[in-house]
This record gives sequence, structure tokens and C-alpha cells, in this order.
Amino acid sequence: MADTLKPPTEVPQTSDDPTQLVVRRGPLAAALSHQLVWPVVALVVLLAVNVAADPGFLAIRIQDGHLFGNLVDILRNSAPVLVVAIGMTLVIATRGIDLSVGAVAAIAGAIACTTLVDSASQGAAATAIIACTYALAVCVLLGLWNGFLVSVVGIQPIIATLVLMVAGRGLAMLVTDGQITTVNNDFFSGMASGFVLTLPIAFVLAVGVYALTALITRRTALGMLIEAVGINPEASRLAGVRSRTIIWTVYVFAGLCAGVAGLVIAANTNSVNANSLGLWIELDAILAVVIGGTSLAGGRFSLTGTLVGAIFIATLARTIASIGIPPEANYLFKAIVVVVVCLLQSPQARGALRAHLAPARSPKGGARA
Amino acid sequence: MVKKNLAAISAVALTALTLTACGSSSEAGGGNETGGKGAGSDGKITMGFAQVGAESGWRTANSTNIQESAADAGIELKFSDAQQKQENQIKAIRSYIQQKVDVIAFSPVVETGWDGVLQEAKRAGIPVILTDRAVDSEDTSLYKTFLGSDFVEEGKKAGQWLVDNAADADVDGDGDINVVELQGTTGAAPAIDRKEGFEEVISSNPEIAISQSQTGDFTRDGGKQVMEAFLQSEDGIDVVFAHNDDMGLGAIEAIEAAGLEPGKDVKIITIDAVKDGMTALSEGKINFIVECSPLLGPQLMDLAKKVLDGEEVPARVVTEETTFTQEQAAEVLPTRAY
Repeated sequence: MADTLKPPTEVPQTSDDPTQLVVRRGPLAAALSHQLVWPVVALVVLLAVNVAADPGFLAIRIQDGHLFGNLVDILRNSAPVLVVAIGMTLVIATRGIDLSVGAVAAIAGAIACTTLVDSASQGAAATAIIACTYALAVCVLLGLWNGFLVSVVGIQPIIATLVLMVAGRGLAMLVTDGQITTVNNDFFSGMASGFVLTLPIAFVLAVGVYALTALITRRTALGMLIEAVGINPEASRLAGVRSRTIIWTVYVFAGLCAGVAGLVIAANTNSVNANSLGLWIELDAILAVVIGGTSLAGGRFSLTGTLVGAIFIATLARTIASIGIPPEANYLFKAIVVVVVCLLQSPQARGALRAHLAPARSPKGGARA
Repeated sequence: MVKKNLAAISAVALTALTLTACGSSSEAGGGNETGGKGAGSDGKITMGFAQVGAESGWRTANSTNIQESAADAGIELKFSDAQQKQENQIKAIRSYIQQKVDVIAFSPVVETGWDGVLQEAKRAGIPVILTDRAVDSEDTSLYKTFLGSDFVEEGKKAGQWLVDNAADADVDGDGDINVVELQGTTGAAPAIDRKEGFEEVISSNPEIAISQSQTGDFTRDGGKQVMEAFLQSEDGIDVVFAHNDDMGLGAIEAIEAAGLEPGKDVKIITIDAVKDGMTALSEGKINFIVECSPLLGPQLMDLAKKVLDGEEVPARVVTEETTFTQEQAAEVLPTRAY
């Protein structure tokens, strides 16, 4: 620390060293070193595969006054995973994880739908707003519970949130009495299927959550504090950061995000099935976060990376149905794609590949690490 | 760390699969019964029934129907709800054996692992009837009969309607009928069998062909997302065949969002006949539903009496099921039990 401060000439040199190396390799290599490049490349390749299978894949037309096409569907269907993944990004940045988001989403859907059905005026917009507010309030409580277990009681996040992951779905079944509850409310339905300025409301909503989160974490010190807690909670506490409050807050935020996602999923089919709503969405969300370049070890996060990751996962789901992968091979196909993307992102794997392709040119590199 | 997480996640996944329904039932836990005292020395038949749980509307209707038909048939019923756990079901069956009931009936949660407890029942001389789901056992003497739906037959009925209505089903009038299929959960018996039965029957008409087939996991959300993709990638879809009502209901939403009219621009055939499906059928959004009935109580009581009277019963009894057109749906909808 002290050395880097004293000789000011040395500081730029040491930090410039890798950059100079990159500059020597040309501007393309410089671009390739950006964190977001690989997820974006993966997304573009996936879209290219789709275009190869169906040349009209990217076509977008106006239908009933809104945009209509594969890309629009992908954006719309990415909304639930995106919202959950944004909450998950912050949790993972504190070196935590939240497995309960799928169950919390199911609870949100269950509460909103049963409130709507039990209401005297089921179709009214006001009823929908009350039902959603009620559901989200419960999700905040559930987030408080998760945060309490992690930050106050000190249980490991994976175990603490496991409690709600298992119990939550049971709670959702209790709320719906184990039945599929169907609702009929245009306002509620519009949250998932509606369009605003020709764009799907669900995606606009998700991007809104993204933008707001990015604004709050990156335009204030909050993002840096979250990262500090992720790197070392004890050290940041001693440095005056309220670790406990910050960890608690991110779990509450993750719960709220899961609730919003649950509402969108329920609105998408105007019904809630407590058994299947949001099933495995926690894994999709973690995947989106990882694809986006946020490390599971905590300490740094990229919300834009998560955005790309969520769209990638929605594109993958669409690809499976679109290019006609046999149902038996769905999971295998998904697994292979995910492994390839993760390898692309790993500097070691890329270094090994480079060393293999051009052994003479880069004898150093991270290949042996 | 990652490896540890993954291991934990998969462990969680397994637990979640078996636990999803805990708390779903308002009735008490495993082995908890309703009903009076033991075997019918007074000539009245006592039946022990071990139900899977209350995981769906279908199952709830199934339970209610069995309880009602037992009362109607004058059979004393001891009913237990296993909450989707095999050990609860085995416990319940053991307690029925101890109480010396006259006949045991149950819907196995899973296919395997029943030989032990069924041997006990056999030794105690209590006949066993399987309902709705089969067990996978080499020894078929362990149970008297299996009463349940024939999924292949359901697929065939759906295919037959399409073959019979081929002229109407060619919506775009291009001479061939382009069918897309929304399969159930990959590997599930209903999904495999319904697909097989449907394909067998439609192969009789060369104009009918399945162009796309993908799993929608038996859920509305799954059905909607897959149908959205089909509508984009496939031109001139005439017919949707969904392995259950829920996926069909999801497909309806996707079709409507694409600016088409379900039931007219795209014909829809589904299987199950649950309430929401029947409502959509009566509204003209679905064209044909093959029933997969939970109402097997009367047949079960009948079989139980025959078995106890020493009559021969077939090893496989198929549930009495029907099919519904739009007109029939509108007629029966007000009186449907589920």
C-alpha cells in the first residue's frame, strides 16, 4: 500500500503494464479483455445458430399495434429471470446465495391470485394493485427472514435460504389449497402480456428494476460497500461499514425481486400453480449471474452482465423449441451450451486454448495456472 | 466452493421433489385415518385406502369421489393421505393390515419398493387393488387388479377425432394438416403413452403430420412458451395437440397474443377435462378434450365387492372415460365435480 503511494511514477507503470501488452496485441484484443465481451459473443452466436436454422428468426413485425417476433418474445420471457437475477447479483456480491427465490415467487403468485379470486371485484385495476402490494409485502417479510438468518444468526446463506426453498413451496400450496387458481383481471394480465409503446410491459418493468438498481448501487457508494462486504465482511465492519445491515438489505431486496418475478409469471398465464411456478428459477438466476461475469466468491458484480445473462437464458429456452431439439436431449443441450460459455469466460481456459493454437507466440500467458 | 454449492443444490433438488406437497393437505399426516373399527364381522365390508396426497384438483376430486362412492356402496372406508411420501403410504397399509380390513386399495406414489408390504398383505390374506397408478413388480400375484386410465387409449381417442374431422382441421386449406405437439414431462408415463397412441392413429391419414414436438412440462407456462416458439418458427400450424389441459390453456394465450383465434385459426385438442379446460372448450377456444377421469370410486367399490365374493376380476380394468366436444362441454359444465 505505502509503496504504491510514495513513488507516483511507478503506479502508472505497474498498472499500465498489462494494458501495454494488450495494446501491442491490437485494439481487438483490448476489446476482448472487457468483462462483458464473452457473454455478448455467446448471445450473438446463439442468435446466429437460430438464424441459420430459420432465416426469418430475427424478423419483427407490428401486430395489433405492438412489436411481434422471436426477439420480442425472448425479451418478454427473460423478464422473470432478469428480475430474480438482479436480486441474486447483489446477494452473490456479498458472498451469499439465495436458493429460496423460486419458492418466494410461488408465494407471491399464490397470494396475489387468491387475493384476486376472493375479492368482490376481481376485474378491477385497484384490486390487482392491492393484491400485488399485499404479495410484495409478504415477500419483503420473507426476505427479512432470510436476511435475519444470514446476517444476525450467522447461518451459512445456502443453508439459511434452503429453509425457505423447501418450506416456501409448501406455504404457497397452503395458500392456494394445492389447486391451480385461475384469475381474470386485465390489469394483472397486462403485467406479463401487455405492451407499452409497442414494447412488452414485463421487459420494461424488468429493465426498470435493472436501471434503478444500477443507479442506486453505482451512483452512490452502496455498490462499493456491498463489494467490500463481499470481499471481507469483518474487515469492512472494522472499517466502519455496517456489514450486517447491508447483508440484511440485499436479502430483502432479493425477496422483493423474487416477488415481482412471481407476479409476472403468474400474470403470464393468469393462474398460479404452486407446484410449478418459478420452479428452478433460482438455478437459472444463478446461471445468469455467473454468465454475466459476477464471481460466486463475491466481492464484485456486474448488473449489465446479469442483464445479458438473463437474455441469454431466455434465448437458449427459445432456441430449444425453435430449432427442434428433441425433448429428451433438452437438458444435455443446455448443459453443453452452459459449459462452453463458462469455458469461454475462464481466462485459464482461453489461455490454454491460445497456447494450444499458437504455441510460439505466447509462451507466458495464464495457461499453466 | 462451487462444487460444494452444486452438491448442496442437487441435494436440495431431490428433497424439494419429495417435499413439494408438504402442508398442501388440510387433512392429517401419514397413517391418520377416518372411519370406525376393524373388520366387518357384521357383514359390512371395510376398505383401507391409501391416497397419494392432495397435489392437484384432479387428486382432490379423486379422493372426494372415492369417499362418496364408499358411502353409497355401504362400504366402510378408512382413508389416509400420504402427502406424496412412500413411507407414509407403507405405514398406512401396515396399519390397515393390523386392523384386519377386508380389502386394501391404494394409488402408489412411486412404482417400486412395494414388494415387502404387499407380501405382508398377501400373507394376511387381504386382497389389494391398485388405482390410478401401477406398481413395477415381477410378482403380479401381489395385487388382484389395477384400475386406472389407459393413456395410450386417450392418445388414440385424440388422434381419432382429428382423423374423423380432418376436413375441418385443415384450417389454411393447403391440403395437409400441420400438427404441433406439446408433450408432457419427458419420461412421464402419460406423456410417452399419449404420444404413442396419438401417433399410431394419425398415421392412418397421410395428410396429417406432426411437424414440431416439444415438452411443456404439463404446465401452462411451459405450454405458452413452447407454443410461442412454434408460432414463430412454423408456418401454417393447423392443430395443437397438448398432452394435458394446462398446456393447452397456455397455448391458447400464445395463439391469442399472435393475433389468431384459438379454436378457429388453430384447432386445439387436449386431454384431462379439468374445469378450466372444460370452460375453454365450452367457449370454443378448445375443439376437443379426451377425459382422463378421477371419478373411479364406483368402479373401485364394485371391484372390491367382486374380489371379496371370490369372483374372477381382470388384471387390468380401464377407467370409464369419455370425450367432450364443444357442445357436450357446455351441457355438462354446470354439473362437473372438478
